[in-house]
Amino acid sequence: MAERLAQYAARFEELAGSLGLDYDPVDFELVPPAFMLEVSIYGLPVRMPHWSFGVRYIYQLVQTRMGNSQIFEVVFPGDPNRAYLADTNSLAENSLVTAHVLGHADFAKHNALFQRSRQEAGAHIVEQAATRARRIERAIVEFGQGSVERVLDCALALEQHIDVNQAIGRAPYPVYVPEGPQRAADAFSSRFRDLPGEPAASVKPVAGRRAPVPARPENDLLWFIAQYAPELEDWEREIFLAVREESFYFYPLFACQIMNEGWAAYWHARLLREATFLPESVYVDAIKSHSDVVSPFAGERRLALQANPYHLGFSIWERIIEEQGVEGARKIRDQEDDFGFVRNYLDARLAETLQLFVYEAERRGRIEIVSKDIESLHERLLAPKFNYGAPRVSVSEMKTDGTLVLTHAHRTDGRGLDFDRAVKVLDYIHRVWRRPVILHTVDFQGASRVLKAGADRSD
Amino acid sequence: MSETRQWYDLFSRGARDWLRHNEKIRDAVRRELPDLIAGSDLISRPDNRAVQVPVRFLEHARFRLQDSDTRMGVGQGEGQTGDVLTPVDSGRDGAAKAAGQGEGELSFLLEFKTDDIIDWVWEEFKLPHLKPKLSPAMAGDDWVREGWDRRGARARLDRRRTLKEAVKRRAVEPAGPAFVDEDLRFRQLARRPRPISAAAVFFVLDVSASMEESQRRLAKTFFFWALQGIRRQYARVETVFIAHTVRSWEFGEDEFFQVKGEGGTVASTAFAHALDLLHERFHPSRYNCYLFYASDGDNFTEDHHAAQRALDELVQCLSFMGYVETASDALAHFPDTEMGGLFAGLEYAGHPAASYPLNRADDIWGAIRSFFSERSRAEDGKHG
Repeated sequence: MAERLAQYAARFEELAGSLGLDYDPVDFELVPPAFMLEVSIYGLPVRMPHWSFGVRYIYQLVQTRMGNSQIFEVVFPGDPNRAYLADTNSLAENSLVTAHVLGHADFAKHNALFQRSRQEAGAHIVEQAATRARRIERAIVEFGQGSVERVLDCALALEQHIDVNQAIGRAPYPVYVPEGPQRAADAFSSRFRDLPGEPAASVKPVAGRRAPVPARPENDLLWFIAQYAPELEDWEREIFLAVREESFYFYPLFACQIMNEGWAAYWHARLLREATFLPESVYVDAIKSHSDVVSPFAGERRLALQANPYHLGFSIWERIIEEQGVEGARKIRDQEDDFGFVRNYLDARLAETLQLFVYEAERRGRIEIVSKDIESLHERLLAPKFNYGAPRVSVSEMKTDGTLVLTHAHRTDGRGLDFDRAVKVLDYIHRVWRRPVILHTVDFQGASRVLKAGADRSD
Repeated sequence: MSETRQWYDLFSRGARDWLRHNEKIRDAVRRELPDLIAGSDLISRPDNRAVQVPVRFLEHARFRLQDSDTRMGVGQGEGQTGDVLTPVDSGRDGAAKAAGQGEGELSFLLEFKTDDIIDWVWEEFKLPHLKPKLSPAMAGDDWVREGWDRRGARARLDRRRTLKEAVKRRAVEPAGPAFVDEDLRFRQLARRPRPISAAAVFFVLDVSASMEESQRRLAKTFFFWALQGIRRQYARVETVFIAHTVRSWEFGEDEFFQVKGEGGTVASTAFAHALDLLHERFHPSRYNCYLFYASDGDNFTEDHHAAQRALDELVQCLSFMGYVETASDALAHFPDTEMGGLFAGLEYAGHPAASYPLNRADDIWGAIRSFFSERSRAEDGKHG
């Protein structure tokens, strides 16, 4: 299969070029499904070891064995892009995937979020992640599994708590409150200076007022802990920054999922349609896989309780290209992320065609369609994506004794944090911060609650 | 497109991290172990020295919002506002998404080696280690190799040493003969007293009609852990299982706990039986002997004196005698029961005996702990 697929890939690239797709080179690799599984779990081909990946791995392994999910491709944008294809999938499936990957590569080269991520994290994240994984493995040898795990427990738990609007190599806060403008030299001060007598003691520059840390509530918990944890070792800081950097890299993939998958689906469909070099049988099978991938429903069902991002993105892009042509679509590809894409281009008419609805599921299992209103559809679709999908927790204060005070923006999130999990996370943080950590949130009735780790629990 | 590279098959990071997760679970389980195993049916398969414990996945916690009563989402398909949908599986997983909230629902079986468990329990409870008997009265002497000499029986000639000596000698007189008498080295033996590292454990169980299934189970669990603890200390442990009603029988370990008898209780028969076996098989100079008796406390009043005599005689030959009283609905309660009284008498007389009331599974560890700490104290007192 490898040779034929390589042939097709070359022809697809040729065709893609003539259709105006523009991308950095793509490095295709056929790998065994076990490797695919690992790549999709770790998010990167080689990444730091942590037991939580093991849990996901086994869970996914069970799912795959039961036939509930099939992984088609994993692609890592960069220069070159790295695409992994499963060597157990059929030639037709892999032909489709090859075309699909070209769509992703085009997207990753032009979308603003991806471009920024590349500026910040570089174009060789796969290699960098492997290097960091090796450093962490060396740290395990040097400092012991327990110590490294303690740091990773905390860093990976806070993986989503970064501030993507800041630079990766972000400077610490100014130590002093910036001073006000110098007092203008007026008549009095010049006469005062000219007074006879002993020369004034050489005046040291007066240290300004120390600026509070953090100056404003800080959302980038990973950065804050790496920067300000009272007793963090250098190797521990390095781990925190490694997790943070990978998190920056993942953000565009997360925030553009609908757009990106839709764009790739549009282009694989188009490339397939125009691929005259494909034998009939391969073409038919590939088109069939395509319609499975972009089908909103699983199997024979006519109803789904989640919107398939492939289908949704594909449908929106088709509509855009119909109305504005490919050039218009390219502008949108460059500038939007899922938030803008869904809000601006999923209109009531399209939602109606796609039969989208908002449902409400009660715990006991009763599910009711509550709305078809376009505004609430937008918000429901995007709700899991806000703030990298995590509750908004920020550092509000670092006390003089080193106590870290976190605040959960429960008003924005609509309800409080899950206490059990929050306390566990505080515990993770405490083991690295090594000073008490407290968190303000609310309980289910909206009354404020303070959770603590490492502090005297009696007060 | 590059070719399939075989070495991708060598990647097993997922499996590695999975094993690490299991290791963590083991640690976690270990902390809860005593509660976990006190209730479980452990020795139903005595040859399989492992216990299976069902556990759930660990969760790597993250900040998450509280669960609300209702969940909102976007779906797709035919339907109008206000329609109530029959619950269906929530479609396909779209992309290869990371495992979601289902993680906590899977559980799996972890197997623990009984020996490991015992080690943990000892660590956990800081239980002392029993010391094997070591008394001058015992003829437990042993010949051990000790040093070399120029004279000795030919059978104990150490050829390697002899050759070495010859080489050394010829280094200074190269023309000398190959071997001379001075080169010969013989292994020497010395007599050393050897501590007795064998134990014999008698388990005596009252299987009369008054003993219920749950009581037998308590006794069984106690026996099991006591035996494991003793096994830890001795190189070789022999077990004897005796069950009695008005008569007594010896059983194999397998059948022993399944035995259910009818009728009343004459404990002296079992004690006499144990005494016979003791004399027959286990010479006190070769074995540390332990006896555990489990009963609900009843015994025929007519048997009082016979039982007392048998116990008196038995306790002379034993390192220790333990009595486990499982709760019963009888009028008398520990230690006012017939058997409770007898053992209390032995203890009072300064014999190595003790009694443990067992009412619930929770009591087992207390009993085990007090057994081993008392034993260790008693033996320290004897020798130290």
